[in-house]
Amino acid sequence: MIDLPLIWAFLLAAAILIYVILDGFDLGIGILFPFLPAGENRDTAMNSIAPVWDGNETWLVLGGGGLFAAFPLAYALLMPALYAPLLAMLLGLVFRGVAFEFRWRDDAHRPYWDFSFTMGSLIAALCQGIALGAFIQGIDVDGRTYAGGWWDWLTPFSVMTGVALVVGYALLGATWLVMKTEGGLRDIARRFARRCAIGTVAFIILISGATLWLVPRFVDIWFSWPTLIYVTPVPIAVVLGTWWLWHSLNHGPDHSAFLAAILLFILSFIGLGISLFPYIVPLEITIWQAAAPEESQSFLLVGTMVLLPLILGYTAYAYWVFRGKVKTGEGYH
Amino acid sequence: MLDLPSAELLARLQFAFTIAFHIIFPAFSIGLASYLAVLEGLWLKTGDKAYLVTFKYWLRIFAMVFGMGVVSGLVMSYQFGTNWAVFSDKTGPVIGPLMGYEVLSAFFLEAGFLGVMLFGHNKVGPRIHYSATLMVAFGTLFSAFWILSVNSWMQTPAGFSINEVGQFIVEDWWAVIFNPSFPYRLVHMVLAAYLTTAFVVGGVGAWHLLRDRTNKPARIMFSMALWMAACVAPLQVVAGDLHGLNTLEYQPRKIAAIEGLYDTTDGAPLVLFGLPNDDKERTDYAIELPNMASLILTHDWTGKVLGLKEWAREDRPPALIVFWSFRIMVIIGILMVGLGLWSLYARLNGTLFHNRLLQKSAVLLAPSGFIAVLSGWVVTEVGRQPYTVYGLLRTSESLSPVEAPAVAGSLAIFAVVYFIVFGAGVFYTLRLMAVTPVAETEGPPTRQPLRAAGTTPAAAFTTDKTGVEHD
Repeated sequence: MIDLPLIWAFLLAAAILIYVILDGFDLGIGILFPFLPAGENRDTAMNSIAPVWDGNETWLVLGGGGLFAAFPLAYALLMPALYAPLLAMLLGLVFRGVAFEFRWRDDAHRPYWDFSFTMGSLIAALCQGIALGAFIQGIDVDGRTYAGGWWDWLTPFSVMTGVALVVGYALLGATWLVMKTEGGLRDIARRFARRCAIGTVAFIILISGATLWLVPRFVDIWFSWPTLIYVTPVPIAVVLGTWWLWHSLNHGPDHSAFLAAILLFILSFIGLGISLFPYIVPLEITIWQAAAPEESQSFLLVGTMVLLPLILGYTAYAYWVFRGKVKTGEGYH
Repeated sequence: MLDLPSAELLARLQFAFTIAFHIIFPAFSIGLASYLAVLEGLWLKTGDKAYLVTFKYWLRIFAMVFGMGVVSGLVMSYQFGTNWAVFSDKTGPVIGPLMGYEVLSAFFLEAGFLGVMLFGHNKVGPRIHYSATLMVAFGTLFSAFWILSVNSWMQTPAGFSINEVGQFIVEDWWAVIFNPSFPYRLVHMVLAAYLTTAFVVGGVGAWHLLRDRTNKPARIMFSMALWMAACVAPLQVVAGDLHGLNTLEYQPRKIAAIEGLYDTTDGAPLVLFGLPNDDKERTDYAIELPNMASLILTHDWTGKVLGLKEWAREDRPPALIVFWSFRIMVIIGILMVGLGLWSLYARLNGTLFHNRLLQKSAVLLAPSGFIAVLSGWVVTEVGRQPYTVYGLLRTSESLSPVEAPAVAGSLAIFAVVYFIVFGAGVFYTLRLMAVTPVAETEGPPTRQPLRAAGTTPAAAFTTDKTGVEHD
């Protein structure tokens, strides 16, 4: 017997991870934007992500759509619980998404669209982090409906995860720029990447600690025999990844810091998965309880098996077309 | 203390507002993506530079429209959950996978190849670039396929059963996807998108022809758009009629509201003008054509048409809105057919590029498709009330457990943000359309292009030629 909810949980987790990494670096560019000198440097930074940001963001639609399709109960519980941060995130993404086109069309108002690009990216990243924090700390459920309040998502912990994600995305964005640009812009990016690296690692430690303190169940998972054997490679890998990142930023080839930053994101995500499994609404609803009926999950799975490899294929192709350092003035505008 | 409307009404307003904004962009980008594919194909086939110029001209506009469609659509994909959580829980097993297929087969295709289409001119060869353009065009059509399937299922649900917790469970996917109203709705919507684009393209072409009737790209736009109007607008009338017959069969309440008909009548009249009054259950100030509604709907002079009184008051859609939205859509449809026929006549006379009245009319009708699409959407969505899933799930029972102030607050923020962002977007798009399409000819220009913006004609020309406005 195939465990469809389990397969969907992994697929959904993979989609969200891909989203976080891909949109993470282009949101990170938005977060770093005000620190870049206006003019050519900003144009280049923007053009380094212009051909791919749209595809990156589609993974967010897949995350939402996949949750709706495979786990409708979880979707119906989480969306009202995260109402405010999700709507703020969407509006942030609206402001940011149009900036890609608008800033080129209007010299007089370019500073405003640059500002909306930054604020949109910042708000989207912050709200995603806040939503993550609110998700980890759990939501009130009564039967099949959300039973909590309008402001439940706002806690010191969720604000911390929000800020952490902003710093983490900035790290992804900065290391992306190190990889994709040359000269002065690359030097600036490298400087930011070092600061963000320190911040990101500090937040990984801080949040891991806070999570254990917040939810006693997580302590059992991480510190009990024999699961300890299976889970300890994760923190060890984080230490190694940190060293790799730092080394890359000082001595490595231009692409390696970006890969190291991605590794840290993947490891944090795996750590989170270990803590939360098998809950899709933490400590309330498991993936099996929230699962859509078998015929719905299997119907979509068939198409996913065919389409997902194709998507990964042409996405990789699109990235390959735009490989290498981005040259100044390389827009279509 | 300020009295807020109910959370349900506010959530409906929010959904209506956000989807009304959203639908404008796909209605345009579906048609434009196909148009771009045709233009690039013609350029590759004939080698005529004018097609390439026209392609690049509309590519910039497409990027703008598509960007706005993406961000407004992103909002839609989460709004089901935030404001309509109960609906999501209950219908998720049916419409969730369909929307999942939309993301997998359409969104990724569009987004994945959009980058190559926009930025890949110097990175890939013409054939690969053309494939990317085709993929984007297919993506927009796949997207329409799935979304219309979802919407049609909500209108004419089929192929399901209901389980013990009240969820819709699929019995037959084929019946769900190809539900009774789906083929009509899909054809009607895709034709509407093509017509919408054709009238915008034709209007822009006409605008520039009025300034310079020798402008080749403008001639291409104008001529192609009016072929589309002449061929597709009459086809749309037929599709609309068939769709109406389907609605009569599956959603007679909607038809009764469209006709402003309260009493079931043999040989029902067609009400040209009137004000349906739901309180008094009659249509005031009606100007009627006797027996015509029966003739159109039942293809029988004295055919029976059901009136709204057949159903309890709480099960009826609000007639006034549906009645008038429908008439606005039909009037625009007639105007579109008229312009198409007129253009055929002008073509036969050889005056297509000289008839200034025709060109001015085309400019006037440029935004007509958007109005028709919006009114058509209102007819179909308001006509479905008071249900989200027709006859099965009431709108009032679909709502999230959210409070009115929360919905009101977010609605207000949406309104402000949308008017700023999309207002600016429409302004920039119009400005792109005001730029004269300039054929890339060798040597110095023989005519001075006229443009509203730009200080000197020479400066305007350089701007136009490269299309780079920010330099």
